[in-house]
Amino acid sequence: MEILDELSRDALRRLIATGRRADGRDMYSYRDIGIQKNPVPNAEGSALVSLGKTQILVGVKFDIAKPFADKPDEGVLSTGAELVPLASGTFETGPPREEAIELARVVDRGIRSSNTIDLKSFYIDKEKVLGIYVDIWVLDFDGNFFDAAGLAAMAALKSARMPKVEDGKIIRSESAGKLKLTSDVVTCTFAKADTSFLLDPSFDEEKGMDGRITIATTPEHVCAIQKGGWGAFTQKDIMSLVDISFAKGKELRSLLQ
Amino acid sequence: MEKPQLIIDGKRLDGREMEDLRPVKITAHVLNDANGSAYVEWGKNKILAGVYGPRECIPRHDQSLIRAVVRARYNMAPFCSLEEHGRSGPSRRSVELSKVISEVFENVIISEAYPKTQIQIFIEVLQSDGGTRCAAVTAAAVALADAGIPMRDLVCAVAVGKADGQLVLDCSKEEDNYGESDMPVAIAPRNGEILLFQMDGLLTRDEIDTGLTMVQRAAEKISAMQAAALQQVYERKTAPKLEM
Repeated sequence: MEILDELSRDALRRLIATGRRADGRDMYSYRDIGIQKNPVPNAEGSALVSLGKTQILVGVKFDIAKPFADKPDEGVLSTGAELVPLASGTFETGPPREEAIELARVVDRGIRSSNTIDLKSFYIDKEKVLGIYVDIWVLDFDGNFFDAAGLAAMAALKSARMPKVEDGKIIRSESAGKLKLTSDVVTCTFAKADTSFLLDPSFDEEKGMDGRITIATTPEHVCAIQKGGWGAFTQKDIMSLVDISFAKGKELRSLLQ
Repeated sequence: MEKPQLIIDGKRLDGREMEDLRPVKITAHVLNDANGSAYVEWGKNKILAGVYGPRECIPRHDQSLIRAVVRARYNMAPFCSLEEHGRSGPSRRSVELSKVISEVFENVIISEAYPKTQIQIFIEVLQSDGGTRCAAVTAAAVALADAGIPMRDLVCAVAVGKADGQLVLDCSKEEDNYGESDMPVAIAPRNGEILLFQMDGLLTRDEIDTGLTMVQRAAEKISAMQAAALQQVYERKTAPKLEM
């Protein structure tokens, strides 16, 4: 298996050095993107996103929660991710491993730092706030779960209905209108191989890359960045990838409308 | 909550007759990486099953020198129910269901053909609406067949319950919660053998007998849908993808 990985990595790099990719895309193109809104009506919000062969389901639930001591007047946002074992022969059962935790935290940071959800409006009383739970279920994996999960999380939030709260209790059968969001966060992930950068790496490309960078943006701001892998990026590289992320962000945002 | 009336004017709350199934939709081969997969919508239940194997059995002390180890994992997404957000990690309920579902397929898979390997069946409940284990067994059987794993039969499952004193096929969530009994059954339709059998609540001897006969009749219908789903894999031209 290691020999195969080594060979496929070499082949991939030779191809990329000539400015081409195995599936015929150019360096800064996404695979086909599909968004199905509200596939799980039991959840307050949900979305199923396909990015090429990667398919991710995100569900949003509300519950009554305890406020955090350092933010007593704010609701609680909690993001989880599971690399469900049916999604890939490389995923295993058991508690979330580091990749799943990183995925959840990167998506969480984008949503949280953008302030797109007004968590102050989730305040109920001193003891109680509304908690919003965003769960990322990776169902079929062929690389770049960051962008697919980011898109699915945003689409699920955009479809979410607020539950009615009365006397500190959630009344699930009644809706208090749509969840208000101030901006759409989208993420762009690039793989680095030698001196080339590829947007939206497939799983084969991820296996052959030196490093990865994920950049989350709103229309005006960068709201989260995560670099992964051992490869290094120059300042110039990063600035050009930030520019591309803003341009690609527009494309992704138009799909969310 | 007070128990609602479950049967009104001879019809069930969702308008069904006593021996009607909810609408069932089965799609085989919806995932790209899994060796076999199936997606089942059964009423409001949405269930995805994926199969890997036969592949190397890890850890090795679990492997058998004479047959493949068959393992099913039943898991509920934390957003699958109308109620509160689910807690992460397997519950005692899902551990039990994983065990009894594994045992169903240990019976029908010709596991002697693949010594030292394991066959893994992963089941994700994406939306739950009563009767998830039966929908899960039905989905898993299709996923196994889609993976090309040799089996003695294509298993399916359905529950019978008792609501307002009457036997009802394929209990809804309300009938499950407020009814007098729930009896999920998995069947090997070729010989009618019972491979999963659970029951709670109170039934008489004759009610169990009649209930099992209802299950046998329903199994014929579910089997036909499973076979049709598998046939469609070969008639379909597009790449596998989930349509929820």
